[in-house]
This record gives sequence, C-alpha cells and structure tokens, in this order.
Amino acid sequence: MSIVISLTDIRRVFIMGDQQFEALKGVSFDIAPGEFVAIMGASGSGKSTCMNILGCLDLPTSGRYLLDGGDVGGMSTDQLADIRNKKLGFVFQGFNLLARTPAIENVELPLVYAGLHSKERRQQALIAMEQVGLSGKENNHPSQLSGGQQQRVAIARALVNNPAVILADEPTGNLDSSTTEEIMGLFTALNRQGITIIMVTHEHDVAAYAGRQITFKDGRIISDLQTSQACQAGQAGQKA
Amino acid sequence: MNFIQTLKIALRALRTNKMRSFLTMLGIIIGIAAVIAMMAVGTGASYVISQQIASIGSNIILVLPGSTTSGGMRTGSGGAQTLSSDDARAIMAECPSVAYAAGTVRTAGQIVSGNMNWSSVVMGGTPELFEIREWPVVSGRPISQEDENGALKVCLLGQTVAENLFGSADPVGNIIRIKKIPFTVIGILDRKGQSPQGQDQDDAVFVPLRTAQRNLVRSQRSGIVSAIIVKAENGEVIDTAESEIKALLNQRHRISNAKEPDFSTRNLSEILAVAEQSSKAMSLLLGAVASISLIVGGIGIMNIMLVSVTERTREIGIRMAIGAKKNDILLQFMTEAVLLTMLGGLIGIALGAGGATAVSRMLEWPTMISFQSIAIAFVFSGAVGIFFGFYPAKKAAGLNPIDALRYE
Ligand SMILES: Nc1ncnc2c1ncn2[C@@H]1O[C@H](COP(=O)(O)OP(=O)(O)OP(=O)(O)O)[C@@H](O)[C@H]1O
Ligand SMILES: [Mg+2]
Repeated sequence: MSIVISLTDIRRVFIMGDQQFEALKGVSFDIAPGEFVAIMGASGSGKSTCMNILGCLDLPTSGRYLLDGGDVGGMSTDQLADIRNKKLGFVFQGFNLLARTPAIENVELPLVYAGLHSKERRQQALIAMEQVGLSGKENNHPSQLSGGQQQRVAIARALVNNPAVILADEPTGNLDSSTTEEIMGLFTALNRQGITIIMVTHEHDVAAYAGRQITFKDGRIISDLQTSQACQAGQAGQKA
Repeated sequence: MNFIQTLKIALRALRTNKMRSFLTMLGIIIGIAAVIAMMAVGTGASYVISQQIASIGSNIILVLPGSTTSGGMRTGSGGAQTLSSDDARAIMAECPSVAYAAGTVRTAGQIVSGNMNWSSVVMGGTPELFEIREWPVVSGRPISQEDENGALKVCLLGQTVAENLFGSADPVGNIIRIKKIPFTVIGILDRKGQSPQGQDQDDAVFVPLRTAQRNLVRSQRSGIVSAIIVKAENGEVIDTAESEIKALLNQRHRISNAKEPDFSTRNLSEILAVAEQSSKAMSLLLGAVASISLIVGGIGIMNIMLVSVTERTREIGIRMAIGAKKNDILLQFMTEAVLLTMLGGLIGIALGAGGATAVSRMLEWPTMISFQSIAIAFVFSGAVGIFFGFYPAKKAAGLNPIDALRYE
C-alpha cells in the first residue's frame, strides 16, 4: 500500500519563557492516498498542533514527517511555502477568505502564487467553483455570501491546485447542522474522486463521514480505528 | 507571482482606504510639488540672469577709476578721475588680446522733446561701445567716428526713452534737449531688457563721448572718462587681456607699486561665476527644504505601512498558508509603498508644474520646468517609497504563518 503522509514519533514542545509544554508527545501514523480521516479528541489535546505540522505551517521539535515521499524536516521556508501551495489545501474553521475580494479571486489565489497566467487561473477557478456548487456566485465578496457558501469558497480554494491532501481544522465548527451536512456531503464527494482528506472535528456525526478516526488525548493517539468500530468506540466514550 | 498581479493587489489595498491613502500621499505630494515649483523658479531665474549677463556682451572687461584693496573693497572710486580717453585708445591700440576698447562717461539728466519730458541716463561713448555691447540700431544710423571727432550734438535713443518721448512716432531726425542742449536723434537702439542689477538698459540716451565730455559732464581735466569698457578677442584670452591692460595702465600712470593702482578691472566672467554660485547655493537650499519635506512624507508612509501590516496580519497569514513566499509578501508591501509615493510624486509633479506656471503668469516671474527636474522628482518619489516601505514590508514578510493566521 502506498503512503501519502507518514508521521514517525512527532513531538512538539512549546517554550514560553522558562516554561515548557509538550503538545505532541510522540505521534506516529500513516495515511494512504484516498483516505478520509477524522481527528478527534478533547480541547487542548494537540489536534490543531498536529494539523499545523501536517500543513507545513509549523515544524515538529523532533520526529520525521514524510509528505508524498519527501522529508519535510530541513526544508527552507520557501520550499515549505511551495509544498503548501502545490500539495496541500487548507480549510479553516473561520473560512479565512480575503475580505473585499470576489469569490473567484479568492479561489484563484493559490494559482497566483503558483505563477499561472490569468487565463488558466480563471479556467481552473471556475471548475473548482462548479465542483463546490457555487457557479454564479463568482463575483460575490465574502460578506455577500452565507457561512456555508463562504466555506464552499474556501473548499474550492483548497481544491483548485489539485492537492494531494486537503487539511480541514474544524471546517463545520461555525456552521449549523443542515449546512454542516452540505459541507460534509461535499467532502465525501471529493473523497470519492480520490482526494485525501484529514479533518479535525469535535462532533461524532461529522466524524462519522470519515472512513477512519484517530483520537488524541494529551498529545498522544489513544485510538486509530476504521469507521464501524470508530462509531462504537465513540458512543462508548459518550456513555462513560 | 507576476508583476501585474502584485500591482493589482496593491491597487486594491490602496483603494480600500482611499482617504487614508490620499492623506498619506499628501506629504509626498507637497514635497514633490515644492521641489518642482522651486526648481522651475530657480531654473527660470538663472536663465534670466545668464540672459541678462549675455545682454551686456560677451568677453567684456570693465576698467574703472580708483583702486581696490586686496579685500576687494573699492575705495575712492566716486570722485576718482584717473582714466582718460587716451587710456582707452591706448588699450585698443597696444593690447594684442583686446578687440575693442571704448571710453564712456555717464550722467543723468532731463530729456525734453516738445512738451514731453523724461529723465534718463545719458551715456557718452565712442562708436566702439556699440560693437563691444553687440547693440545695433534698429532704425536710423549708429554713432560714427565723424560724430565723435567733431563732437557733434547727435544722439541714439534706447527703446524706453523713445517710447516715452515719441510714443509710436519715429523719433529719427527730431531734435531733443538734454540738459537744455539740443541734440539731433540719429537712431534708435535695439531692445536690450534688464541688466543683471535689474535696471532697464533701454532707459538710456547715447551721445558721442567727446560731445558728452564737453557739454554734459564736468571734470577737472578734459578727456576724463568714468569707465573704459573692453572686449577681449575671445573668451580664452580674457585673462591675458586683463593683465595686458593692467600692465599698460600701470606703465601709463607711472605706478611703481603694482599693489596700489589708481584703477581696477572687472571681468564679467567673474560676475557670471558669482551669479552662478549664488544660484547654486539657492538651489542647494531649496533642495534641502524639499528633501526634508520628502523625508517627513516618507516617515508618514512608513507609519501607515506599519499600521497596514498590523491590520492585515490575518491576510498575510492566509496568503502564506496558501503558498506565498517571503519575497511575495515583501514585494506586495513594497509595491504598495512605492505605488503610494510614485502616485504622490505624479500628483506632486502636476501640482508643482501647474503652480509654477500660475506663478509665472500672475507675477510675470520667469519659470522653467525642465524634463530633468521631473525625472529627478519621479525617481526620488520612488526611492522614498523603497526606502521607507522596506522596513514594514520586511516585517510583514517575516511573520510566522500560524501566528499571523491566529491574529485577531
Ligand atoms: N503557540 C503555542 N504556544 C504555547 N502553547 C501552545 C501553542 N499552541 C498550542 N499550545 C498548547 O498546546 C496544546 C494543544 O493545543 P491545540 O491547539 O493543538 O489543541 P486542540 O486539540 O486543537 O484544541 P481545540 O479542540 O480546542 O482546538 C494546548 O494546551 C495549547 O495551550
Ligand atoms: Mg484546535
């Protein structure tokens, strides 16, 4: 089985003045292409810290991270920027779109930094907008879109570069239940097309869309299960 | 990321805060407008000065009675009557580097024609004077050697005098009275304009030297002149001519100690140099004032760019997460700063040029807007943007993506 992401004994220590805090205490897992993984766990358990490392926004204090076969450790900031641009797509809880900028230009942004010409950019951005079902809203500014629509724009932006992996940190955290269902439907559809998705969530019914659930506790992985088992484990956890 | 895209992003950022962008630019606008206007006035003024100096005639040396001390102060020049017509003739005959020399006397007097009168400068001069000063007549005839030899009562009128006494009528052939003595007008001189000292050179009447010496000025001896005006053969020998004149006059006046002559010489190229120097000093001063205002404007830009970086920390984080490299961010903010200053520069250039033109129209003050000054102003405004935009841009590019994304 091929592997797109491989973490080996990842540790992340934050230093604040004379205090040290180890947010990740040796995390290891492999993810195969086309997997849909949900990361769960209590607040402060290190999920976002882990996602930042996966997203090459942060570097581990120790441990090895292989992305698409390449070792991320020891790369320059510009090389990391390039990886974020070409291999990864981000979806954030707070959407993180550029204000006062039309939706289509938000979607084009990764392609701008990839150095594509405006014609190609527009073409690919339109396809991505269509994929997330936002055709016709290209020229709306974020403030002229609903929360769900804004998150779709963010997903289109994550998609547009044909990344190997989409990373989503609580993508439905700011959305109501019906919009959450829409967005999760979209993720499922994208996953069926073969895109690897790693998603952090607090909600079990959201996590249920994923084929695999990894649960964190105090900077360690306490369970790593395929879907059916994960559901049971989750319910057991709630009862306890 | 290509340049056009960077420019677009910068333009959008500036448009988002139109008022702020404008106020920030204002410092640069004022600075550049000041530079352009001052340079226009300065160049105009120095053009006029050089024009006026040229109007005196080229390669000219003045020989004046009385001496100068070593410090350059003229002493005893007022009443000194140490130069004569013979000196002038000798200079012309014996100094090889001298083309012409003309003795002159000068007085002021009431000039009357019919019921019109006008008080003006009356100059007596030999015919060479008009060669030296490159000053032709436009109607009638010039003063001839016969007029000079015979001390005839004939005169040439400057344009101002002609206009004031005769209006648009032709004065040639008419009789005028200078200090009550009748003179025949034989010609009108071409227009000369202002002298470097600001006097109207056309407000003068010219008569033969000998006529003036006999009838218009009083002196202890006959043949006294108040100045000898000399034209050197060409610009290269002007210093040689000056020393030849000094040597000749020292000998003629039997001056043993060459440090205490009874005359002094002045070279117009020296005057030109002084004028140039003072106009340079002026430009330097104006330049200093303008640079200060540009620096103040630049600090304003830096301040606003720093605010802008802080405000847009989250945007920077998003861009970085999506793949912007440090240089992309650096360039984006630099472009914004340079765009601000260059836009300000352009507006300033337009305002400065407009202001200078308005000044020259209203005050009839000559101004000249050179392409050079526009180019300098433009390059400078860009440089201010680069200089003062660098630190904020560097700060933006140095942000950590996670911190930037989390920034509230
Ligand atoms: N920059 C930082 N400096 C110091 N400590 C940090 C930093 N970032 C995170 N931490 C600490 O690391 C721990 C894990 O944080 P993390 O954001 O990964 O939690 P999380 O699992 O995403 O929680 P939540 O579900 O609330 O988002 C927390 O205790 C947090 O205080
Ligand atoms: Mg988190």
